[in-house]
Amino acid sequence: MANGTIAMTDLPVPKAEKSFFEQSTNKHSGILSWLLTTDHKRIGLMYMFGIISFFLVGAIIGLLMRLELLSPGGKIFSAQTYNSLFTLHGVIMIFLFIIPGIPAIFGNFFLPIQIGARDVAFPRLNLLSWYVYIVGAILALTSLFLPGGPIDTGWTFYIPYSVRSGSNVSLAIFAAFILGFSSILTGINFVTTTHRLRAPGMSFFKMPLFVWATYATAWIQIIATPVIAITILLVIIERAFGVGIFDPALGGDPVLYQHMFWIYSHPAVYIMILPAMGVVSEIIPTFARRTIFGYKQIAYSSLAIAFIGYLVWGHHMFSSGQSDTSNWIFSLLTFLVALPSGVKIFNWVATMYKGSIDPQPPFLWVMSFIVLFSIGGLTGLVLGALATDIHLTDTYFVVAHFHYVMFGGTGTIFIAAFHYWFPKMFGKMYNLKFAKIAVVTYFIGFNMLYFPKFIMGYLGMPRRYYDYLPMYTPYQRISTYGSWILVSTLFFIVGYFIHAYFRGKKATSNPWGGVTLEWHIPSPPPVENFKVIPVITHDPYDFSQLKEMKDE
Amino acid sequence: MSDHQDAVLEVNHVHRDDVGARMGMWLFLLTEVLLFGGLFLVYAVYRYQYPDQFRIAGMELNTSIGTLNTIILLTSSLTVAISIAAIQKGNKLLSVIMLSLTLVMAFMFLVNKFFEWETKFSHGIIPGSKEMTSKPNGQILFYGLYFVMTGLHALHVIIGMIILAFMLVFVIRNKITEGNYVKLENSGLYWHLVDLIWIFLFPLFYLVQ
Amino acid sequence: MEANNKEQHIGYGTYILVWLSLLVFTSITVTVAGVNLGRYTLFIALLIAAIKSGLVINIFMHIKFDEPIFKVFIALSGFTLFIVFILTFFDILYR
Repeated sequence: MANGTIAMTDLPVPKAEKSFFEQSTNKHSGILSWLLTTDHKRIGLMYMFGIISFFLVGAIIGLLMRLELLSPGGKIFSAQTYNSLFTLHGVIMIFLFIIPGIPAIFGNFFLPIQIGARDVAFPRLNLLSWYVYIVGAILALTSLFLPGGPIDTGWTFYIPYSVRSGSNVSLAIFAAFILGFSSILTGINFVTTTHRLRAPGMSFFKMPLFVWATYATAWIQIIATPVIAITILLVIIERAFGVGIFDPALGGDPVLYQHMFWIYSHPAVYIMILPAMGVVSEIIPTFARRTIFGYKQIAYSSLAIAFIGYLVWGHHMFSSGQSDTSNWIFSLLTFLVALPSGVKIFNWVATMYKGSIDPQPPFLWVMSFIVLFSIGGLTGLVLGALATDIHLTDTYFVVAHFHYVMFGGTGTIFIAAFHYWFPKMFGKMYNLKFAKIAVVTYFIGFNMLYFPKFIMGYLGMPRRYYDYLPMYTPYQRISTYGSWILVSTLFFIVGYFIHAYFRGKKATSNPWGGVTLEWHIPSPPPVENFKVIPVITHDPYDFSQLKEMKDE
Repeated sequence: MSDHQDAVLEVNHVHRDDVGARMGMWLFLLTEVLLFGGLFLVYAVYRYQYPDQFRIAGMELNTSIGTLNTIILLTSSLTVAISIAAIQKGNKLLSVIMLSLTLVMAFMFLVNKFFEWETKFSHGIIPGSKEMTSKPNGQILFYGLYFVMTGLHALHVIIGMIILAFMLVFVIRNKITEGNYVKLENSGLYWHLVDLIWIFLFPLFYLVQ
Repeated sequence: MEANNKEQHIGYGTYILVWLSLLVFTSITVTVAGVNLGRYTLFIALLIAAIKSGLVINIFMHIKFDEPIFKVFIALSGFTLFIVFILTFFDILYR
C-alpha cells in the first residue's frame, strides 16, 4: 500500500494546524472553497446539508399524511393529493435520505480517516457525485411543479400504472436514475479507496467494522444500482415511445418489471441498513470499553448480508402472480438473511456483556436501535413466511415493518452516528442532557406512531389509503399523536446540534475514549488528516491503546 | 496559509495511482455490464416466451450489415489496443494513427447503424406506430428490445468516440506519454466494453434463425 | 511512481493474432447460424460469444496480466448476474 504514503517531506508543515473548516483545500475562499472542494470531509458535510434538509421535508410530508388520517372522512387532502404525498414521502426518504444517508455523510467523512488515508481514491469524482446528487434532487423537486402534477404512483413506480399515469412520472423517475448514478460513483470510490489507500499495517482484518460495512455497501451500490437504472430507463422509453417492453397490452410482462425493480430495490434495503450496522459496531465497543466480540464474524456477516440480500427480492412479490416455485425459494432464502443479521445482534450484545458500560447518548441511541430493529426484523419474518404474508400483503403491517427497520434501524443510527461523531466533525460538544431526553421522547413517539400500524395491518387496514373505516379510529389517533412527538423530537435534535455548533463547549480530540483512528487526530480534523500516515499495529478495538493515546 | 501552499495540498490529495485508476474503471465497467445484463435478462425472458415470433422477426434484420458492423467494431478494438501498446513503447505517431483509425471505424459503425434503422423505419417498423402495434406481441417485443438495446449500445459508441477524441488530443499534446498513459488505457477499456456488448448483441439479434 | 506500471506490455503481434481469431469466430458463428441445429443454435451462438469475450477481456483488456483482484471483481459480478438469471427463471419457467 505504498501509494497511500506519498511524499510527505515536501509538504510545508503549518505552525498551528488549522481545521478543515478554517483552511481552504483549494485556491478559492468562501463559498467556492466548499463548492469546488475535493476534500472528503467538506464533501461529507455538503452531503449532510442536502440529506438532512430532505429528511426534514420527508418528515413533514409524513406528518401531513398522519394529519389527514387523524379522523375518518378524508377532510384535509383529496385522494389524488394523498397519493402524491405518499409517493413523495417514499421517493424523498428513500432516494434522497436513506440510501445516501450514512455512506455519503459518515462514509465520506470517516472512511478515509479510519483506514489512515488522506482522502478517498478519486476526490474529484467524489465532488462530482455530490453534484449529481444535487442535480437529481433538483429534478425531483422540479417534477412537482410542472404541469401534470407530482408523481402519484407510489415509490415503486409499478407498471402498468406508471405508464398510464398522467402525472410527471418520467421526470421524477429520471431523477431517481440520476441519483442512482451518484450512488454508483460513491460506491466505486469507496471500494477503490478501501483496496488502495489503507495505511501500512492495516490489513483487511484490522479495518474498523464501519469500514467493512461501508465496503460491503459499496459493492451493493455497484452491482445492484445499474439494474434499477435500466429498469427506470425502460419505463421512460415505454412512456415516450410505447415500445411495449413492460406493457401488457403489447405483450410485455408487468411481473417482469417487478422482478427488475426489486432486483435493485431489495439489495438497496441493505445499502440502507449495512452502514448503520457498521456504526453500531463502532459505538458499542467504545462505550462498553471492550473489544468487539467476534470481529471476523461481524465482518463476514456484512459480506454475507450483502450477498444473500441479492437473492431474496422475490419476497416482495408473493402475491404478484409469480410462480409457486419462486415463492417458496424466495421465502427460504429470506429466512437465511436472518442468520447473519442475528450474528450481528448476538455479537453486539456479547460485546456489552461484562463490559464497563458508559451510557452516553450515542450508546443510548444504539440501545433504542437494537429494540426497534429487532421488532422490525422479527416482523420481517412474519412477512417472509408465505402463509402469513398473503394475509398481510399491502396492509399497514408492511408499512409498520419497514418503518421499524428503515427508520427505527437506519434512521435511529443516522441520529446515533451524529451523536457519536458530532464532536469529532465540528469540534463542539452538544448538551448531553438534551440528548438523553431526546432518546426517550423519540422512542416513545416512534412506537406510538408505528406500533398501532402492526395492529391495524393485522386487522386488515390497507396501506396507501387517504381514508379508513371508523373501527380504526383509536389506532389512527394514537399513531398521529405519535407523529407529533416524533417530529418535534427530530426538530429538537436539529435544534440542539445547531446550538452546540455555535454555542457548544469545545470538544476534546477523544471525548468518548474511542480507539479507532479518527480519535487519534484533533477535533475537528485538520485538512491533512494525518501529518504522517500512521503505521497500524493494533487491532481496531484494542483499548490498551487508550493509555498511549493519553500520552500523545 | 498562502495560496501556493494550498495548491500543494490539493495536488497531494489528487495523487497518482494507476492501479487504483484502473480499478475504478473496471468497477465502472462492471456497472455497465450489469446495466446491459438487465436488458439481456428481459431479452431472455421474452425469447423464452415467444421463441417463434422472435425467429420470424429476427429474419427481417440484415445479417450482412450486422456482420459488417461486428468486423468494424472488432477491428476498432484492435486499433485501440495497438495505440496503447504504441504509446507504451513511446511510438506517438503510431498511437495517433491508430486512435484516428478507431474514430473513423466508430463513425462507420454509426453510419451503418443509421442506414439500418432508417430502412426499418421506412418499412413502418417504428416503436409505437400503428403498423408496429398491429404485429403479434412477440414481434413487438423483439423490435422493442432491438431498438432499445442497439440504441443504447449506439449511445455508448458515441460516448466512446467523444472520450477517444479527447484522448487523441491528449496524445498529440503530450498529456498522454510513455510514462503516463493510464487515461488512454482506461478509455481503451471502455471501448473494448462497447465491443464486448456488441459481441453478445450480434448473435442474439442478427443470427436468430 | 513508475513502479505503478508493473504490468507486462503486450506486443502488436499478439493483438493481431487475437483479432484474427476473433474474425474467425465471427465467421464461424455466422456460418453456423445458417445451419439448422434446433435447440443447440442458441447454445452455440452464446458459446462462441463467450469465447470471443474471453479473448477480448483477457488480452485486449489485459485482465490476464493485470492485478489478480480484478479477476475476482469480474467473477463476482458475473456470478451475481448469473444467479439473477437463475432466480428470475424460477418464476418464468414454472409460472
